Amino acid sequence: MIETAAALEPTFGGPLLVLAILLPVVGVLLSFVLGGRFAERVALALAPVGLVLALAIAFLVWRSGAPVVYNIAGLAPPLGIALRADGLSGVMLVTAALIVAAAGFYARATFATPEGSTEARAPFAFWILLQGIWAALILLFIGADLFNLYVGLELLTFAAVPLVCLSGKPETLVAALRYLMFALFGSVFYLLGAALLYGAYGTLDIVLLSGRVAPLPAVWLAAGLMTAGLLAKTALFPLHLWLPPAHANAPAAASAVLSGLVVKGSFVVVVRLWFYVLPALPGDAAQVFLGALGSAAILFGSVLALRQPRLKLLIAYSTLAQIGYLFLIFPLASGQHPWTIDGWNGGLMQTLSHAFAKAAMFLSAGLIAESLGHDRIAEFTGAGRAMPVTFLALGLGGLSLMGLPPSGGFAAKWLLLRASVAAGHWVFALVLLAGGLLAAGYVFRILSPALADGSLVLKSPPQRSREHAALALAVVAVALGFAPQEFFDFLQIGRMAVAAQP
Amino acid sequence: MTPSTLAGLVGAALVGLGLYGLIVNPQPLRKILAFNLIGSGVFLVFGIVARKGAAAGFPFDPVPQAMVITGIVVAFAASALAVALILRLHEETGQVLLDDENPASLPSEQGAGK
Repeated sequence: MIETAAALEPTFGGPLLVLAILLPVVGVLLSFVLGGRFAERVALALAPVGLVLALAIAFLVWRSGAPVVYNIAGLAPPLGIALRADGLSGVMLVTAALIVAAAGFYARATFATPEGSTEARAPFAFWILLQGIWAALILLFIGADLFNLYVGLELLTFAAVPLVCLSGKPETLVAALRYLMFALFGSVFYLLGAALLYGAYGTLDIVLLSGRVAPLPAVWLAAGLMTAGLLAKTALFPLHLWLPPAHANAPAAASAVLSGLVVKGSFVVVVRLWFYVLPALPGDAAQVFLGALGSAAILFGSVLALRQPRLKLLIAYSTLAQIGYLFLIFPLASGQHPWTIDGWNGGLMQTLSHAFAKAAMFLSAGLIAESLGHDRIAEFTGAGRAMPVTFLALGLGGLSLMGLPPSGGFAAKWLLLRASVAAGHWVFALVLLAGGLLAAGYVFRILSPALADGSLVLKSPPQRSREHAALALAVVAVALGFAPQEFFDFLQIGRMAVAAQP
Repeated sequence: MTPSTLAGLVGAALVGLGLYGLIVNPQPLRKILAFNLIGSGVFLVFGIVARKGAAAGFPFDPVPQAMVITGIVVAFAASALAVALILRLHEETGQVLLDDENPASLPSEQGAGK
C-alpha cells in the first residue's frame, strides 16, 4: 500500500505532462483560427517543440527512475484525474514526436496550400488532423485514468478516420466508413467495461484499481469487453478487416502515421489494462489466448502480404502480421518469472522498431507510387537503379521487419524468442521463426524486381528531402538494434509486476 | 424489483438489441443506429453505477454522471461523423454498402500520394 501511495504523489516536472498534451491541442485551435497555409506552418513549427518536450519528460523519468506524476487541478485520485509517464510512455512520446515530425516534413510537398489560393480543403484538414492524432496519442501514452483513456481513444479515431478519405474517392470513403464502424463498436465495448469496473470499485485510476481488483465475474466481464474493443481498434486478427483498405488507401504520409503510430495507441491501452490494472487476475489462459491470436495474425498477415500485387497493400498486410508480434508480450511478460523482463523488452522493442520501419516503408512507397505512377510490384524492374535512396529506405525498413541483425526488429524478435524458449512456450518460438521467414519472403518480393536490370522511365524523380525523411526513419529502426542495456532498463521503469532479477 | 435493477435490466436489453442489429444488418446507417442503442444501454448502466457511490460515503456519486455526459457528446460526434461519411459516399456512388465483394474497396491505381 505504501508503494501505491507513493505512485499517487505528484512529482517534479509533472506540469510538463500537461504541456505535452496542450501543445498539439493549441496547435489544432490555432490552425483552425488562422486557417489556410498557417495550419501547415503551425504544425511544422510545433513538431520540434513537441519533440523537445517528449525528450524532457523521458529525461525526467530516466533521472528519477520512477514515473513522473501530475494530478490535474491538484486533486488526487479517486476524485481527481492523474497523468503518469513511465518508461513505456517516455519511449512512445519520443517515437510519436519523431514520426509525426518526419511525416509532416514529408507531407509538405503533397499538402501545400496551392499558390494563389488562401485555403484548400485537403491540406487544411490534413495538418489539423495530424496534430489531432498527435494530441490523442500523447493523451493515451500518459493517461492514468481509464475514462481519460477512453476520451483519448475516441479523439484518435475521429482524427484518424478522416485522414483515410482525404482524397474523397469512393473507395477511400468505404475504407474510412468501415474503419469508423470497427472503431466505434470497439470504443463502446471499452466504455461498458469501464462502467463495470467503476461499479465494482468506484474508481478508474489505474494505480488505485490495480490494488483493488479481485477475480470477480464483473471484473472478468469488464476485462473481456475492454480487451475485445481494444483489439478491434488495434486490428488484431480476426478483427483486422478494416485495416488493409484503410491503410493502403490513405495518402502516404497519413499511412505512415496510421500504421506506425495509431494502432500502437490502442495497443498501449491493452498493455496498461493487462499489466497495470489487472495483474492481480489469474489470467494466464487469457494471456496465452492473446498470444495465440497474435501468432495467428503473424502467419495470416504474412501469407496474405506475400500474395499482394500492390506495394501499399503488401505493406498494410505486413502491418497485420507485425501487430501479431506485439501481442506475444502478453504470454511472455506476465507473472513474476525472470524471463518476463525479456518478454517485456522484446514486446516494446517490437512496438518501436515496427513504428519506425513501417513509417519509413509507407513514405518510400508513396514516393515510388508518385515517381512511377503506379505501385504494381511486378513492374518495378529497374526501379532500384532509378531511385536508389527510396529503395534503400524501403530495404532497411524491410530488414527490421524480417528481424535480420543489426536492427531493432532483430533485437525485438531475439528477446521474444529467448523469453518464449525460457518460458517453455515452444509454439510461440516456432511462430516467431516462421514469421521471420515469411517476412523475408515478402520483402524480397519487392526488392528482387526492383534490383533487377532494366530500363525504367520515371514520371518525375523523387524529391531528395522527402527521400531523406523516409531514410532517416529507417535508419532509426536499424539503430534501435544497437540500443544499450540502459535503454532496456529505462523500458522497465514503472512496470508494475517487476520480476525478480535472474 | 427496485428502480435501479429495472434500469440495469433495460440497459442490458438495449446492449443486446444493439449487438443484434450490429451483426444482422449490413447497411451502415442501421449499424449506426445499433451503435447508438448500445451506447444508450451503456449510459444507463453507467448511471445506475452512481448508486455505488453511496457506499463510499457520498450521498450520490457525481463522477459517473460527468462520464455519461462526456460519453453522450462523444457518441453524438461519432454518429455525426459516420452520417457525414455515408452522405458523401451516397453522393459519390449512389449507393451505400460495405460489401467485401465490392470492387470499389480495392485501392485505385493512383491511390497513393494524392
